[in-house]
Amino acid sequence: MAPVTLELIALLLPAASFVLIAVLPPLRRSGKGAAWFSIACIVASFVSAILGWRAVNGEHGGEAIHAAWSWLPSAQGSFATIGVLLDWQSTTMLLLVTLVASLVQIYSTCYLSDEPAPALGRYYALQSLFAFSMMGVVLAPNLLQLFICWELVGICSCLLVGFWYRKPEAARAALKAFWITKAGDVGLLIGIVLLHGATGTFDLVELRHLAETNAIPLAGLSVMTFCIYLGAMGKSAQFPLHVWLPDAMEGPTPVSALIHAATMVTAGVYLLTRLDWLFALTPGVLAFVAWNGAFTALLAAILACVQTDIKRVLAYSTVSQLGYMMAAIGAGFAGAGFLHLLTHGIFKALLFLGAGAVIHAVGSNDVADMGRLAKKMPQTALVFVVGTLSLAGVPLFAGFVSKEEVLGAVWAGGFAVPFLLLLLAAFLTAFYMFRIVFLAFFGSSRRSVIGHRSSDIGHPGDSHDTAHHGHGAGSLAHAHDAPWLMTGPLWVLALIAMAIGIYLTLHVPVPEFESPMWLTPSAVVVSLSGILLAWLTYQRRAISADRLASAFGPIRYAALRKFWLDDLFLAIYRSVLLTFARVIGWLDRYFVDGILNVVSAWTLEGGDRLRRMQTGKVQDYVWALGFGLLALMAWIGVAW
Amino acid sequence: MGLQAYLTLSAVVFCLGLFGTVTRRNTVGILLGIELMLNAVNINFVAFSRFRGVDTGMVFTLFAICITVAEVALGLAIVILLFRMRKTATADHIDWLKG
Repeated sequence: MAPVTLELIALLLPAASFVLIAVLPPLRRSGKGAAWFSIACIVASFVSAILGWRAVNGEHGGEAIHAAWSWLPSAQGSFATIGVLLDWQSTTMLLLVTLVASLVQIYSTCYLSDEPAPALGRYYALQSLFAFSMMGVVLAPNLLQLFICWELVGICSCLLVGFWYRKPEAARAALKAFWITKAGDVGLLIGIVLLHGATGTFDLVELRHLAETNAIPLAGLSVMTFCIYLGAMGKSAQFPLHVWLPDAMEGPTPVSALIHAATMVTAGVYLLTRLDWLFALTPGVLAFVAWNGAFTALLAAILACVQTDIKRVLAYSTVSQLGYMMAAIGAGFAGAGFLHLLTHGIFKALLFLGAGAVIHAVGSNDVADMGRLAKKMPQTALVFVVGTLSLAGVPLFAGFVSKEEVLGAVWAGGFAVPFLLLLLAAFLTAFYMFRIVFLAFFGSSRRSVIGHRSSDIGHPGDSHDTAHHGHGAGSLAHAHDAPWLMTGPLWVLALIAMAIGIYLTLHVPVPEFESPMWLTPSAVVVSLSGILLAWLTYQRRAISADRLASAFGPIRYAALRKFWLDDLFLAIYRSVLLTFARVIGWLDRYFVDGILNVVSAWTLEGGDRLRRMQTGKVQDYVWALGFGLLALMAWIGVAW
Repeated sequence: MGLQAYLTLSAVVFCLGLFGTVTRRNTVGILLGIELMLNAVNINFVAFSRFRGVDTGMVFTLFAICITVAEVALGLAIVILLFRMRKTATADHIDWLKG
């Protein structure tokens, strides 16, 4: 089959699955039926995506295929098109999306097996819709279609974060995720519209052609690219719009694995990768992207070090890794960022699903409730360690080459300070990830050793009790490896992560830049020293965790309060937005409503007076008729 | 006699009918007044038809008489129903539509 057909099948199967589950109530209420139907569709979609990838990159030699159909006709042909743009980037990204989506959906059948059937049907309908929308973002040939799908993934994320909508924190987190990404999306929309105004097209291929022939007016282009970056900032959780991602962990863990680690949050990075030729025209914005990315990476890494909730650690780690990708793109080497996106998608999904298996077994998110799990859950522990080694950037694992590429790209781009920030973040990454590994899987579960319980923080938002899931025997004593439906996807991801790591280490991709000789050793030393520090602190206890914490007292204090960013947003919300709303409310109540009330009072009064004309006596009407006729005749007579 | 005489008769009958319609207290009287007005119109039709030598007016009158019969039947039925419901046939007492 033609590559376009294959990719269209891959794109439309989840859409069909969503529509069928949504419009056929018996299918939705059956729960398991909807689940397996959705899984069948997404797996078929994955197979189709593989075939399509081979067709595009093998037979066509990686040349971009642009297939678009007219959608909104206009006088000059077509205002907007819909279709697919197939090239190496989009088809590879599609592989990642369909792979992780398939595994997550299979995993969810077991993870959410205690949910009532209709809720499960709703979950799978949303999963299918999400898969479709995400593929729409990936394959979009123009910015308008991309924006539509971009909003669709946003709403799916909101609905899936709020899957347990009866839980107040989940409902609040869902809204927070929606509004904060929305704030960025407004920027994206403005950027797209301005860009259309300047160039007259939404189409990526045409835009690229214009950009490469220097036909795009440079005046104001920085504003447009910055607006587009705002959209990416919201979706990809860049400082200061990263605050929604940790809260989004209120959703089911498979959702976090799919949406908040592997696919949706990387949409912003993907968008910037897609538009790197456009951003290349505005070096100022690119430099900002790089600085902000590096800053985000370090900030989130610091925040991850003080979290005790295993999912929140992973969430901050995702923010941090997204910062890496953005930094590479900002340095001008989008390829390095994209590579890190792909490897990160695999191993972070692995880590989240592994954490999900642990949460499922223990019935709590808090690492304080875990400990020595390696004995009880050997398979989970093994794959989790594989994921952690990948994330820490240890050689032979997936994250090693890509992280080094990112570091090299930032150095080659001439960003020395961001490079140092990223190197420090790499050290912290290794430290906080192995802190989790040692605490949850190897060390003991004595709460005191962790040293920062949420109770002494006095910040209610930090403690998250997920025991409400009702996962049967959810306690440390009875913890055991999950059934094969959950461990299967874990093993698949772990093997892929290792395969990618080994492949990339052996066949280092030819970089677009020159990395200095000392880069590889220093990156390895940094990550190994992070691991060593975690080992000494949390496994050997050679260094007291409390002593370590007090050594970084002020930073730790600030990090526990999330650097007051949430408080800042709350204060802005209260002081600016609520005040504004009160003013508007006053105007509405007393000014707008006043006008309307006066008008309606006059109408009532007038009607009350006029009603006396109607006597209800038939002869009065005859008189009125007669005089009316006379008046009419007189008027006609005068008029002529 | 000329056309004018017929038209004068018609006008007189019409005015009598109108007067009756407007002044009678009894609903049956009002109906009678309406009948008079209709007949005045019929006289006009026949007179014009006769003096202009066109038969259309005659035919039209026949139709008008038929329809008048039906109308009277309806009108009387309404009056009877009104009388049953309100125990009165006086027009002034029937003012349900008073605003």
